[in-house]
Amino acid sequence: MFRPDNPLAPRDPVFDEAWQAQVLAIADTMVQAGRFSATAWAETLGTELRAAEAAGKPDTTQTYYEAALAALERLTTEATEITGTDLSKRKATWTRAYERTPHGQPVLLERGRDGQD
Amino acid sequence: MSTFDSKHAAHLHRHIHSHVPSDPALRVKALESLAVEKGLISSETIDAWVEAYSEHIGPMRGAKVVARAWVDPGFKTRLLADATEAIKEFGFEGNATGHLKAVENTDAQHNMVVCTLCSCYPFSILGMSPAWYKSAAYRARAVREPRTVLAEFGVNLPEEVAVRVWDSTAELRYLVVPQRPAGTDDWDEDRLSGIVTRNSMIGTDRVLKAGGA
Repeated sequence: MFRPDNPLAPRDPVFDEAWQAQVLAIADTMVQAGRFSATAWAETLGTELRAAEAAGKPDTTQTYYEAALAALERLTTEATEITGTDLSKRKATWTRAYERTPHGQPVLLERGRDGQD
Repeated sequence: MSTFDSKHAAHLHRHIHSHVPSDPALRVKALESLAVEKGLISSETIDAWVEAYSEHIGPMRGAKVVARAWVDPGFKTRLLADATEAIKEFGFEGNATGHLKAVENTDAQHNMVVCTLCSCYPFSILGMSPAWYKSAAYRARAVREPRTVLAEFGVNLPEEVAVRVWDSTAELRYLVVPQRPAGTDDWDEDRLSGIVTRNSMIGTDRVLKAGGA
């Protein structure tokens, strides 16, 4: 059930969380820079959205942005030299960096590096 | 017996590690930092994009285009012929993806836009799409039962008005030009742009109100 906009309601924030904006920003920037095509982005996002729907995920903004992130990861690993292993290793490094950084200090990637990272 | 020592508590607090972001936030951070290192994107571009679309780029751009089409018949002709070319005179900064087509509402036809595949949307002139535009329900139902969907949005379309649904793609996006409301004959472009709603440019709103400005 859809509803008309209430013109008197306060404006919702455009993005609920920063990472959601970053996903679309990176995808659009990659398209503008020719790293992958707008059509490839639409098709991959469409595939991820259908998969989310088929998996019974709720029809929410969160589901949409999770599908967008999955699509961005997939296209990035297909169209650039970045691999899936690079992504998971880097995520682990960032996680350690956060865990090792005292509250209030800037979180630097260096702090999360272990040996071969 | 323990006592509360505020200095000690503050000391402990300083040593608690930074809050670890959510799983998707960490995955985005991982991808962005790698893409920047490989020279695929720059972090300045990403930050500028996020700021622009969070704060500055919104449906007011599209509303200005519609208002000009209402007051300038020459512009309207150019807009309907080739919207991508026509809107260049506004000098909106930022990149548009794909071609833009403007479709005009009339007494006989109502236009409504959807992206059945994903969420293609003319965000460079309307800003980020609303949550409902991205929903599976809208993407499926807009084509299957447009009149029912319109009614839920408060648009009760008379039988004699045809509804045409335009399915957006990465290459071709749409802007609905709503009808100019009565009672606005002496309004200038700026004032007119104030009554053009975002939904009217997607086609889930139809009758604009002069009193709304």
